[in-house]
Amino acid sequence: MGERSRLAEGLRIYRLIAGMWIRSLLTYRTSFVLTAFGNLLVTGLDFVAILLMFAQVDELGGWTLPEVAFLYGLAATAFGVADLVLGSMDVLGARIRDGSFDILLVRPGPVLAQVAADHFALRRLGRIIQGVLVLGWGLLTVDVDWSVPKALLLPVTLISGAAIFSALFVAGAAFQFVAQDAAEAQNAFTYGGNTLLQFPPTVFGRDLVRGATFVLPLAFVNWLPASYVLDRPLPLGLPDQVAFAPPLVSVACCAAAGLAWRAGLRSYRSTGS
Amino acid sequence: MRAGSLRLYAAVAAGGFRRYATYRAATAAGVFTNTVFGLILVYTYLALWDEKPHLGGYDQAQAVTYVWLGQALYSTLAIQGGGAEKELMGRIRTGEIAIDLYRPADLQLWWLASDLGRAVFQMLGRGVVPFVFGALFFPMALPNDVTTWVAFVVAVLLGMVVSFGIRHLAALSMFWLMDDRGVSQTLMVTGIFCSGMTLPLNAFPGAFGDIVRVLPWAAQIQMPADVLMGEAAPLGAYAFQAAWAVALLAAGRLVQSVATRRVVVQGG
Repeated sequence: MGERSRLAEGLRIYRLIAGMWIRSLLTYRTSFVLTAFGNLLVTGLDFVAILLMFAQVDELGGWTLPEVAFLYGLAATAFGVADLVLGSMDVLGARIRDGSFDILLVRPGPVLAQVAADHFALRRLGRIIQGVLVLGWGLLTVDVDWSVPKALLLPVTLISGAAIFSALFVAGAAFQFVAQDAAEAQNAFTYGGNTLLQFPPTVFGRDLVRGATFVLPLAFVNWLPASYVLDRPLPLGLPDQVAFAPPLVSVACCAAAGLAWRAGLRSYRSTGS
Repeated sequence: MRAGSLRLYAAVAAGGFRRYATYRAATAAGVFTNTVFGLILVYTYLALWDEKPHLGGYDQAQAVTYVWLGQALYSTLAIQGGGAEKELMGRIRTGEIAIDLYRPADLQLWWLASDLGRAVFQMLGRGVVPFVFGALFFPMALPNDVTTWVAFVVAVLLGMVVSFGIRHLAALSMFWLMDDRGVSQTLMVTGIFCSGMTLPLNAFPGAFGDIVRVLPWAAQIQMPADVLMGEAAPLGAYAFQAAWAVALLAAGRLVQSVATRRVVVQGG
């Protein structure tokens, strides 16, 4: 099978399994509405915390509230999309431990698509809605000297950001083949990364920003493009052109995550129980 | 309580401790995650306190101490849930709780003992390392005398009981609700926010701050932190924590007796 048809097959399987979970979910409509709304509230709380901080100060690391809201919206929306599509992958460790992962291997369909769609949780739409709301508010209130490149950069940034976070989720899942119980470690990068990006890069130590740019390229999710849009100097003194690199970086991240996933899958040994 | 039953609950607590101690990789992963989150939060707090020194009566070193203490107590006090209540919820949902009711032991004390065992392990296994990491790399406001440290440990122990009291009540709602997602989510929201994980409660503005500071969640991180940093008199803090602990445990006992008398256990 060619790469292209494998991808199509993966998407088809993903759609089928996710559709099944959605149907089962919608049997309990009230529960769904409540949990989706709850999800919106839960994820909204970290923005409330930021609002509380700004109730005491006018600037954080030299950034104003609308600017931070813009940063937050970009990161939260991108993360929300990745979380909706791949956020259930942390059950992989449990599946490996109890042996039910073997079932996925004998089913006719790419394993990655099956794992990704497993326990597909539509309620995670709440996080995306919340991110979009904050982003919208940020865009309305922030002072931007708009230009065509800036306007084009926005959707590109959101898609690339979602791809970068998705790559993190897949890499985290691959890591679970090695350390099944250590599933929580990936939260440091996924949820931790999301938290990190909600604050301006000027807040953090230089080494942390370096790490989040060159080692784990989280900065491309929002710090770099947002700095460009807001006419701020890019972190670490990087040239303005770097703000347009997110698509390239996201492709590289996805390729690396794909390789990690294949290596992990190949190293899998069933528990035999 | 007779010596025999004391031994029983001690054994249950030891079981809770050992059970969590078994998963070393999970513990290491937790230590790592808490350390990373601590690093992120510490920089945001430093920026905040840089902009507004003495916010909430803390100086920068105290704000830093608060961050690392929060990370150290995060799993200890099961701030976002995931302690014994998770299992209790499962047992109520599946009907296995019927077996627990047959046991010649007090249901509430059994789960309290099990959760305390878990909490003590999480404090030693998951809490100490991030805290020490923070103390090594950031200036902290730590006391030099042993008495304050002892007072702090007592405040943490009381915090554990309050934490259990809240989660136990939430778990008992399963007798009526059957689906734990909404309740677990509520526990998580209130836990993270009202315990002061995102921002110390004394930095909450206005009347909003006055309210969160008297809710039971304030007994979890804020009180031990203030005792450790000498911002609160230990006895006053203990009184606040103990009052909530007693109120929550009494409420839990009441709800439990109503539930076990009136509710039909799930069969199947």
